[in-house]
Amino acid sequence: MNANPKPVSGYDVERVRRDFPILAREVHGKPLVFLDSAASAQRPAAVIAAVDAYERLHHANVHRGVHQLSQEATAMFEQARERVRRFVNAASTREVIFTRGTTESINLVAQSYARPRLQPGDEILLTTLEHHANIVPWQLVAGQTGAKVRAVPMDRRGVVSLEDLAAHLTDRTRIVAVAHVSNALGTVLPVREITRLAHARGAVVLIDGAQAVPHQAVDLAQLDCDFYAFSAHKMYGPTGIGVLVGRERLLEAMPPWQGGGDMILTVSFEKTTFNELPFKFEAGTPNISGAIGLGAAIDYIDSLGLDNIHTHEQRLLDVATEKLLRVPGLTIVGTAPDKAAVISFTLDGIHPHDLGTILDSEGVAVRTGHHCAMPVMEFFGVPATARASFACYSRESDVDALVRALGKAREVFS
Amino acid sequence: MDLKDLYREVILDHNKSPRLFGRLDPADSAADGHNPLCGDRLHVSVRLDGDRVSDLRFEGKGCAISVASASLMCEAVKGKSRADIAHLFDEIHTVLTHHDAPVPEDLGKLAALSGVREFPVRVKCASLCWHTLNAALDHSASTVKTE
Repeated sequence: MNANPKPVSGYDVERVRRDFPILAREVHGKPLVFLDSAASAQRPAAVIAAVDAYERLHHANVHRGVHQLSQEATAMFEQARERVRRFVNAASTREVIFTRGTTESINLVAQSYARPRLQPGDEILLTTLEHHANIVPWQLVAGQTGAKVRAVPMDRRGVVSLEDLAAHLTDRTRIVAVAHVSNALGTVLPVREITRLAHARGAVVLIDGAQAVPHQAVDLAQLDCDFYAFSAHKMYGPTGIGVLVGRERLLEAMPPWQGGGDMILTVSFEKTTFNELPFKFEAGTPNISGAIGLGAAIDYIDSLGLDNIHTHEQRLLDVATEKLLRVPGLTIVGTAPDKAAVISFTLDGIHPHDLGTILDSEGVAVRTGHHCAMPVMEFFGVPATARASFACYSRESDVDALVRALGKAREVFS
Repeated sequence: MDLKDLYREVILDHNKSPRLFGRLDPADSAADGHNPLCGDRLHVSVRLDGDRVSDLRFEGKGCAISVASASLMCEAVKGKSRADIAHLFDEIHTVLTHHDAPVPEDLGKLAALSGVREFPVRVKCASLCWHTLNAALDHSASTVKTE
């Protein structure tokens, strides 16, 4: 760890903060210190304005109607898809499917890819650090098919080793589904190597990228995974919209998951022909404004530069780690050498839930609880943790406010 | 919103030194309570003498509010009849969930929990032990959830 990290040159966090209107508000009479971006990040004015402009000037249903508004809405919606494609370097917009979010993306793969293929005794391989969204859909499909869910263990730092992963791959492993970044611990997984190992054994790979895309550049051509899922609201976009990027060859062979409008070419009561990719998987009127907001969020991220955001957050992670470790009785849960800007911690003698309430009274928003990762909590033997997570607008004084509020918690419980 | 309203002296004291903590063995009835949101888990065991709870214990892990509430509850209901306990439960439930409800005088030390109502997300922490006790009294063997 760098003892005296320097601010990222040219990255003016105060200027970035002015792009986020909500950061100016107060909570309980104190300035808001928002350290819960891993749960949902705030939106910059550019995203709010893009959604607003669409609603005011362009809204109509997409892929229908020849009138002007429908054409405008369709063009904006499809531009957003192309924006997403470039953002993660997918091969084609045919591979970019809009969903409600990461959870729906994973469920889509579980039900449409896995369910028709899995045989009793086949294996789905996860890791112990997964979010519930990357556990439960696989348990459901395992229950439906007789396949088994297995999990690669992690060590006390929250690291999953490639050796362990390789040892868990068998001839029956059909699917490997892993987080790119752990939401509870911050661990960054070596997904490229994991993909290579899994492919060598003939397994298909899904990566839950919800916590990765806001923090680091993702190049799907390099990763070479088969499915990649993420959500807009973790990356400064709206809620209720997310993405599944899938390998075209696999998507082509998959049956539609939901039926309805937009996913069909012709319908008669005898036979329905399905629409081509990606529309085959987008039944019903989609979240049009959400997709446009996501496109604007990507533009915003690009305007700052993901590499700059990454460097800024990593510096903040170092500073915060150092300052928090100086708080008496504080233990950081999740100490992987390669971490995103997420710090889970416990404080001796104070339950995380009490901590959350006391920090909130000081205007400091952190997540407390099991972070939808109960197996992780079980592994570390804690019922819950408090979690501070950082984003492009987080600053060192947020860390100081957190440390002061932790002092306040100590006072209350002294 | 004042933290001192939530974390009153009585609550901090009962959190630090919970009364009637442990497990009765043998017990006439027992139940487990679980609040999945915060991971709180409680076990309440009771001994009955006719219609009365002659003795009870609780054990488990949780936040200060849930531990203090369980400790205060055990003190308050020990020796009481089922009808008296049901009455207390109604009173505490009203106090916890109704912003303007007056705090009845017969609540005694349990009145210390009235500050919880200013913190709606914490109400479940305070009520878990009561639901668990009710389950034990109903001889329900299953785990109680506040979700």
